[in-house]
Amino acid sequence: MRSRYGAACIGAMLVTVLPAAAAETLKHGGTLTYLIPADAPPSFDGHRETTFATVHSAAPFYSVLIRIDPQNPSSTTDFVCDLCTEMPKPTDGGKTYTFKIRQGVKFHDGSPLTAADVAASWEMIIHPPQGVLSPRGSDYAMVDTVEAPDDATVVFRLKFATNAFLPGLADPFAWIYKKAILDKDPHWYEKNIMGSGPFKFVDYQIGQSIKGVKNPDYYRKELPYLDGFTAIYADKQAVRVEAIRSDRAEMEFRGLPPSARDELVHALGDKIAVQESDWNCGSIVTANHKKKPFDDVRVRRALTLAVDRWHGAPALAKIAVVKTVGGIVFPGSPLAATRDELQRIAGYWPDIDKSRAEAKRLLKEAGAEGLSFELLNRNVDQPYKYVGTWLVDEWSKIGLKVSQRVVPTGPWFEAMRGGTFDVVLQANCHSIVNPALDVTPYLPGSAENYGYYTDQHELDLYDKMLRETDPQKQHALMNDFENYVTDEQAHAMVLPWWNRIIPYQSYVKGWKISPSHYINQDLATIWLDK
Amino acid sequence: MYRYIVNRLLLVIPTLVGAAILVFTLMRLIPGDICVVRLGSGGGTFDERAVTACHAELGMDRSVLLQFVDFLWGFLNFDLGKSMWSGKPVAYEIVTRLPISIEIALMATIVAVAIAIPLGTISALKQNSWVDLFVRVFAIAGIATPSFWLGIMLILGILSVSQAFAGAPWMPPIDYVPLWQDPIRNLSMAIWPAITVGYRSSAITMRMTRSAMLEVLREDYIRTARAKGLLEKIVINRHALKNALLPVVTLIGLEFAFLIGGLVVTEQVFNLNGIGRLFVLAIANQDYTLTQALVMLVVAVSIFANLVVDLAYAWLDPRIRFA
Amino acid sequence: MTTIVPDDIAISPIEIELHRSFRRSAAAFARRQPLGSVGLAIVVVIFLAGLGAEWIAPYSPTANDFATMTEPPNWAHVLGTDQFGRDMLSRIVFGARTALIVGFTASLIGGFAGLVIGVGSAYFGGKLDLLVQRVLDILMAFPLIIMALAMVAIFGTGMHNTIIAITIPLFPRCARVLRASALAIREIPYVDAARACGFGHTRIILRHMVPNVMAPFLILLTAFVGQAILAEASLSYLGLGVQEPTPAWGLMLQGGAEEYAATAPWIAVFPGLAIALTVFGFSMFGDALRDVLDPKLRDR
Repeated sequence: MRSRYGAACIGAMLVTVLPAAAAETLKHGGTLTYLIPADAPPSFDGHRETTFATVHSAAPFYSVLIRIDPQNPSSTTDFVCDLCTEMPKPTDGGKTYTFKIRQGVKFHDGSPLTAADVAASWEMIIHPPQGVLSPRGSDYAMVDTVEAPDDATVVFRLKFATNAFLPGLADPFAWIYKKAILDKDPHWYEKNIMGSGPFKFVDYQIGQSIKGVKNPDYYRKELPYLDGFTAIYADKQAVRVEAIRSDRAEMEFRGLPPSARDELVHALGDKIAVQESDWNCGSIVTANHKKKPFDDVRVRRALTLAVDRWHGAPALAKIAVVKTVGGIVFPGSPLAATRDELQRIAGYWPDIDKSRAEAKRLLKEAGAEGLSFELLNRNVDQPYKYVGTWLVDEWSKIGLKVSQRVVPTGPWFEAMRGGTFDVVLQANCHSIVNPALDVTPYLPGSAENYGYYTDQHELDLYDKMLRETDPQKQHALMNDFENYVTDEQAHAMVLPWWNRIIPYQSYVKGWKISPSHYINQDLATIWLDK
Repeated sequence: MYRYIVNRLLLVIPTLVGAAILVFTLMRLIPGDICVVRLGSGGGTFDERAVTACHAELGMDRSVLLQFVDFLWGFLNFDLGKSMWSGKPVAYEIVTRLPISIEIALMATIVAVAIAIPLGTISALKQNSWVDLFVRVFAIAGIATPSFWLGIMLILGILSVSQAFAGAPWMPPIDYVPLWQDPIRNLSMAIWPAITVGYRSSAITMRMTRSAMLEVLREDYIRTARAKGLLEKIVINRHALKNALLPVVTLIGLEFAFLIGGLVVTEQVFNLNGIGRLFVLAIANQDYTLTQALVMLVVAVSIFANLVVDLAYAWLDPRIRFA
Repeated sequence: MTTIVPDDIAISPIEIELHRSFRRSAAAFARRQPLGSVGLAIVVVIFLAGLGAEWIAPYSPTANDFATMTEPPNWAHVLGTDQFGRDMLSRIVFGARTALIVGFTASLIGGFAGLVIGVGSAYFGGKLDLLVQRVLDILMAFPLIIMALAMVAIFGTGMHNTIIAITIPLFPRCARVLRASALAIREIPYVDAARACGFGHTRIILRHMVPNVMAPFLILLTAFVGQAILAEASLSYLGLGVQEPTPAWGLMLQGGAEEYAATAPWIAVFPGLAIALTVFGFSMFGDALRDVLDPKLRDR
């Protein structure tokens, strides 16, 4: 499956624009200055936060158990060891994973890192004690126990076999903390930093910058190449673009819109390099099934049939961070629908006129012609407001009169959780591409599902798919699931996937883009060619 | 006069308490839930239990009355509490960001005064001439131009001009260093927002200076001074300005107090880590404790500034001083 | 957005000249107040643009056209297009309508509220006056933008809520100034005489006090319209004012403007100019109005 879908799709996803480079000799030293598009992270504890601000601030200071290969970060299946020695094969019918931990790893305070620390950190994530937040805890519902029988072994025992476990283990937030500290104070890591990663913590100015310096005792002998880094918090996009343009900073690690890329390339030509990739974030439109007429499946299907994704996506790609038309699974992943399979789903028909005619017919049948409603949207430009404006225009083509209600993040959540909206535009973002888990927001009863409906058949379809270990069969089951959710019942509408664009000073080398702005952030392999 | 002072001071207390009540009520009326924002802003999945735990952690599950009593008690003890977003003491969050805001406010006031008083005086002296016309247009433009738009244009201008002249675009530094550490870097960051905000302040001050000077210049004692044959320079500086400046000075005092709050938009444009930006963030994050403390800070500063101005007036105005 | 009008506005009401013929006074106005006339002209143009937007604007302000994104000014689109392909001229013309609606509504409601409260407080005096003064003190201790932000956070965004958010900080300032003017009138003998004759409160207030604070009231209104438009622009810039796809100048400055400022500057320049010109017009007109109505500042 990797050969069939993986290589071709990885190649298609990854578009690299690099200046013609002669053979590059690796240079050690220098300080990387990058920007973090946020004000300040709420805390430095990766276990309890969900924001990229925490990862971008503190990931260089920590190690993890396993991760996506930094040399091949756009892969969705290539997991390598960080603290372990080799990737284990599951035993006991796929229910037990035994990891051997590297020897000789030291925390920044000099103390040794053992399997006990790894087990304690994971235990904190999977079974958080009272009063400790673990927002991703439910991702590990399949884990029964995690133990460290000796100093160099960690054993995970699962309740049932599933290939959603290993990707989940590569979670970029799963930093390894020191057990002794966790035992004393499980909240210590919120305000303090002490890990075993390639950089040591130096200084943090709240709202300003965070600085790190090379860890001389890092267990990978050659790394890191840099002497240190400075991360500056800059919430405003215009400031970040200008900072990169005037070389006050080398890059940012989230993603900039096409206009910023165009401006930088136009202004700096060769001095700027750009990497782009599909982003593991998709925009979804959810209708509130509790509000008439959205309880009528015909109206919901009309909504999705009206939107011309195939032509809209390339046009939007010029101004917004969206690009690839896909289904509920990350495009390029083995479980994702092929183009043929997609084109059979409502909303993806190649003939838009036929699609819109069908939409109008459905509306008429449901007695909802000329319906007017409100689209709830989040007050964030990219891509929410662009996609929202595009949707309003598309729906007007089947006679729907839609107005947008754009609210800041807090009230947006409030309205979704309170069910006080007609139709909402939301996003489904994940770090590691793990399709089996990534589609849980579509399930009724999930904390992320704001459709307010029940559907046992959908849950059954999902469960069957989750437990299927044969990749071919799982792909077929995922297809069934997708057809049911987005076509037959039209519980949710999937819109083009986001596109991650990273322009950076071309003397920065050694960093490869990935579908997630949470992964590959420890900066160990970056070097500066100047 | 002492009676006036005492009365004036006593007035401060109910104003502050009233403002505190208003702030508290306003904050509680804002819809939304900080825990949900914090856990869900990444767009990813989060556990419902996490939200409940977060509520308990922040004391949001207590009754509103209890929260208000807590707030008032803390406020009276100068204990501003902890920020709900980061868990750090509010005082720490504010104090680390105050220097840059105060620096910009001071610089803006200096810029404003340096421009406004000379221009306002000249404009009054040469009323209805071309100079007067230009100054008046300049002043109204300062009030009419949105300051954030001016900031955007200024940054663009700097980038384009530096690219044209030096080949590479130059941008003011984006990270703050204190003035004593590296004065040049600090000033090169602070001067641009100071100009942007100062232009607006100077416009208002310019108009006030002009109208105050116009009034004073009509007074009989000015006519007498001129009739005595005094040099025009002395007439202006020693007699006219002194009396005209009284309302101007009070205006500057009031303006300064409002500058702190008015930096809200400017700090967004220039990406300054000041309390204006902190305020917008606190509201966006629905961080009650931080927002309350910030608003009370600004309100207290403006009440205090009003108090100082009133007292100064009382001192300087002989009708009150010798009452 | 602080002290909107300097304190030298307490006008002696008796000297107001209201009985010149309109044409003579208009011509005299133009001659004596060249700036004010320019201001008035600008105001009139904006008014016409707002009223006749449907006829003046060449395109619909909300029609996306992905084929003509970020085009520089050309014959088809005189002021260029924005990042959605929408015509800038049309958006600015319709934006005038939004600006005027927000500006005038906030200004009129705030002004009238301030009028009622200020004059009433001055007339009745005593404890009521003291209480009202304290409440006004508290409200005015909040800088305008902060109060507006809090209002928006509570009520939400959108045009109606933006108007509320701007009106609430405006009326205390109006009440303050009008109270000062009203206080001056209250001491004048004819009010006492009117009371001695047994006239009711309402009649005295409406017939005698209000007409005599009309001059500062009108001046305040023109100042407020300008301030309201600026406040809306600031709120929209912060993303908390009028929302897409309503065309509004402040909103146009928020979204793509900064993003495209370097590659497509017309998206940022024109709305800003529109705001500046409009507020400029209102301010100059207000200034001239004050010069005409305030005898103290007239040339001797």
